[in-house]
Amino acid sequence: MEATLPTGAEKLIQCLEREGVEYIFGYSGGAAMPIFDALVDSDIKLILVRHEQGATHMADGYARATGKPGVVLVTSGPGATNTVTGLLTSHMDSVPVIVLTGQTITSILGKDGFQEADVTGITYPVVKHSYLLKDATDIPRATREAFHIATTGRPGPVLIDLPKDVTQGPCEASFVDDIDLPGYAVPSHGDDDAIRQAAEILTASRRPVLYVGHGAVISNAGKAVIRLAEKLRAPIVNTLLGKGAADETHPLHLGMLGMHGTAYANKAVDNCDCIMAIGARWDDRITGKLDEFCLGASKIHIDIDPAEFGKMVDPDVAIAGDARLVLDELIPQIQPADTHEWLDQCNTWRQRYPLKYAKQGGLRTQHVLDRLNALTEGQAIIATDVGQHQMWAAQFCLSTTNRHWLSSGGAGTMGFGFPASLGAQFGCPDKKVWAIVGDGGFQMTQAELATAAIHKLPTKCLIINNNFLGMVRQWQELFFENRLSGVDLIGNPDFVKLAQAYGVKAFRIRRPADVDRILAEAHEYDEGPCVVVAEVVKEDNVYPMIPSGAPLSGMIIEKPKGPLAKPTGST
Amino acid sequence: MSSVTPLESAPSTISQSSRSTEVDKNLHSIALLVRNAPGVLVRVAMVFSRRAYNIESLVVSPGAREGFSRMTVTCSGDPSILEQMIKQLTKLVDVVHAFDHTSSDHFETEIALIKVLCSGDRRREVLEIAEHFNAKVVDYAAESLILRVYGGSDKLDAMISLFEEDDVLELVRSGKIVMARALEVT
Repeated sequence: MEATLPTGAEKLIQCLEREGVEYIFGYSGGAAMPIFDALVDSDIKLILVRHEQGATHMADGYARATGKPGVVLVTSGPGATNTVTGLLTSHMDSVPVIVLTGQTITSILGKDGFQEADVTGITYPVVKHSYLLKDATDIPRATREAFHIATTGRPGPVLIDLPKDVTQGPCEASFVDDIDLPGYAVPSHGDDDAIRQAAEILTASRRPVLYVGHGAVISNAGKAVIRLAEKLRAPIVNTLLGKGAADETHPLHLGMLGMHGTAYANKAVDNCDCIMAIGARWDDRITGKLDEFCLGASKIHIDIDPAEFGKMVDPDVAIAGDARLVLDELIPQIQPADTHEWLDQCNTWRQRYPLKYAKQGGLRTQHVLDRLNALTEGQAIIATDVGQHQMWAAQFCLSTTNRHWLSSGGAGTMGFGFPASLGAQFGCPDKKVWAIVGDGGFQMTQAELATAAIHKLPTKCLIINNNFLGMVRQWQELFFENRLSGVDLIGNPDFVKLAQAYGVKAFRIRRPADVDRILAEAHEYDEGPCVVVAEVVKEDNVYPMIPSGAPLSGMIIEKPKGPLAKPTGST
Repeated sequence: MSSVTPLESAPSTISQSSRSTEVDKNLHSIALLVRNAPGVLVRVAMVFSRRAYNIESLVVSPGAREGFSRMTVTCSGDPSILEQMIKQLTKLVDVVHAFDHTSSDHFETEIALIKVLCSGDRRREVLEIAEHFNAKVVDYAAESLILRVYGGSDKLDAMISLFEEDDVLELVRSGKIVMARALEVT
């Protein structure tokens, strides 16, 4: 009888196939061997990475670009702990990722077996939910629940810890379709009264701002945001993660707000009489000093996660629901507001405080990214790493299309950008995909050059090389009397030679005059991955900047003349 | 060997109720209905520990429906932060609902076992205190008594405070359990 039963691992893979999984990003090891064995007979494509962190970021990038959950498979102990940074990244940014971890056999659990780690224990704070399966009959139910939980409501990572005897032994359970989760409810349509109140406040406002976050990307609410903005005649700003939901080239769009947002976006927010958050969570990068944020302005908050209401900001109206569905119900109820003077004011700010950068004095990151934007016209998927290049990319690479901007916002995970771009390329093989990374972050996951090369992914990796951890150096210059500490990346490899060592095509940009030609050449190169190393000036700063903990009115638009007080905010 | 009378068999006149108006404003009693799943206790505790909040007491017991447990968490803190934490508790997949009973009409009680050192003359005094608080002697030994008392937490506090600190050899309190009055179910 048992001979005809599938193993737990085979059942697991069948469950993944039923969920429509195309790719598993993984790294093998002892406790996961039954699962890797079962993959041999599956149509699911296994992408062997070079480090488990790379697998999690690839799955994350795949999920952000496609909207489908990314799946990771690793072994127990260190294999599993190497996924923690990726789990945090996905958790902070609400990205649906399923992480499957091998585990020691159940009879050894808790006894310090070889490569044993209490993985569910270690990961509790960085998952939306998790399972430790002790019985193979639980595999179909747990898998179905995991995909449901990861992808619905506010998405997030779900981990399933799978002891080796559970995956190796027979599994008698049948597939599960129905979900029974009495503690898990997903709001969809918002409350009618709350929507009506929001409509009244918006219609009565004279200086409204629509503040768009990642929730609008996830619910594909961008077109509804534009419709609302056009009907109400209100300007739009978006967060770092909200990029792409609503077309940033739209005349009513003021770009990104917050710490390194455009001056005109921040001035609009600082002077508005009504701000509506659409799938955004009033993060500390957005509000600056909370006590002085949008004083006197009405605040409307649309979020699918009611735990966000009142967390940072007490909204006048809170609407729990899917951003797109809520906007669809809200738009017919609003009337065009009298915002003529307000839009004039916003445009005056836009003209008076444009984004700018020095055109002389060597190769500048902003120049490279400005030209990349001109080349890609919002049609390429852009994945960034974390730091100065990320902020400049957010400023200069305007997002026009949903799910074309992938960046680690909440966690700010260095090493994210390059593997995330590969995951996106797997999910979107017909798209041009660019990673924009710094020399610091790239080196954290650069081993995935091998993964890119093996699969001949036509992903382009632009390394902004200033031989510094630029953002920290900027803070040390501005707030720590230029006492540089732990920021000099002397010892960087020659990234062109490094790429070539992996058999990856590489370009180098040294002069501003070479930017357009080399970017275009790389853009058209599609025989495999390529690396473009931009050797930029060592010291340059991102402006505008709202020092951490300062109010929006404390924004620094240009390089300050004198020393600044140490920031009081979190980081 | 000592024996403990089950709570259910105690005469109802012994139980004491305390209304929300009588309790410390900062002390909150949160009732949770949770799925009886591994890890649920850790997940709940982490919502508190993440903000460095201390749990004063925690009671977990089987719920009325099979597969579900009832938790009663008592903790103190800023009401607005607690409100947000209750939302985060509700958000946990295994938590069916979480409810702060503090400002609602509810009944609450707690049970304590107190082992008191009392030989000779002291014994009479201890028994008088016990009688006054409707405490039952559940273990009668040569040098000590175990008293079982229940009622509002403030009543238990009052009784315990009457003993010399050195005479209390051991103290176990169950932590508060709470239930909404009348037909309301939480």
